[in-house]
Amino acid sequence: MGQETRSDDTAPVSYMDRTRAFYEAQGFDRAYRWAHHDDTPWAPLARPLSQCTLGLVTTASRYPRAELEPRKVDSGDMADPPERLFTDDLSWDKQATHTDDVNSFCPFAPLEALVRAGRLGALAPRFHCVPTEYSQRATIDHDAPEILRRLREDGADIALLVPL
Amino acid sequence: MPTVVLGSARDIVLHCGVPRFLFVDFPLGNPCGRPWDDAMQRRIVGEAVTLFETARAPGTTVESPERWGSDDWRRRYMAVTPDNRDELARRGEDLRRRRAARERRPV
Repeated sequence: MGQETRSDDTAPVSYMDRTRAFYEAQGFDRAYRWAHHDDTPWAPLARPLSQCTLGLVTTASRYPRAELEPRKVDSGDMADPPERLFTDDLSWDKQATHTDDVNSFCPFAPLEALVRAGRLGALAPRFHCVPTEYSQRATIDHDAPEILRRLREDGADIALLVPL
Repeated sequence: MPTVVLGSARDIVLHCGVPRFLFVDFPLGNPCGRPWDDAMQRRIVGEAVTLFETARAPGTTVESPERWGSDDWRRRYMAVTPDNRDELARRGEDLRRRRAARERRPV
């Protein structure tokens, strides 16, 4: 519990500590185990950014998801991005802010601006919605490889991952 | 494939371990910038893609200089207080009941 040593009023929030206390108060006795890896993979940039095609990955959904509904990888059209995405089932600060502006969490317009400015080569034709799964095994064995397969199929060289 | 994570839950992303991370110290929900603030969103997403070029080793974390403008959300988020303790206990009971009911439902 030692991460909030700076003033709690200005330090980054220790979400793991908060979440543990929150679920303990709900009577759940088994603490959630967050993903942890001893080794971090590394892929260097193979060409200048201005020649790269970027794929965008979000934890938001194109459809409303029920709380206990099974979740699947889904993809949408970057050329015709949705005006809104669904986020109600995700954990974010619903008191402090809102997700009515899709670009505040799934940056279609800012990325298009970077392409227009020549900073990025292009955007991959699809964006991908990764289901946030309680099961890390489902993410590692199924969802992550499926996202990678779709990114490669789209000709993406690099990927921007934006969890809410 | 080279990746950048753009997010606001610093401790969770660092615990996981990722190649490149742009940390934006905002309330969860708007890691790309305040809603409707196009200029801020362009700056933050620009910082994120710059990390593809500047990061040299896995685990590179950079904090965005952008500020939310207030700090009261930090203490409030997911706080357990004397005022909500009973409500949280009830909510937990309710969720366990619904999960159990779903497991009993024939497939």
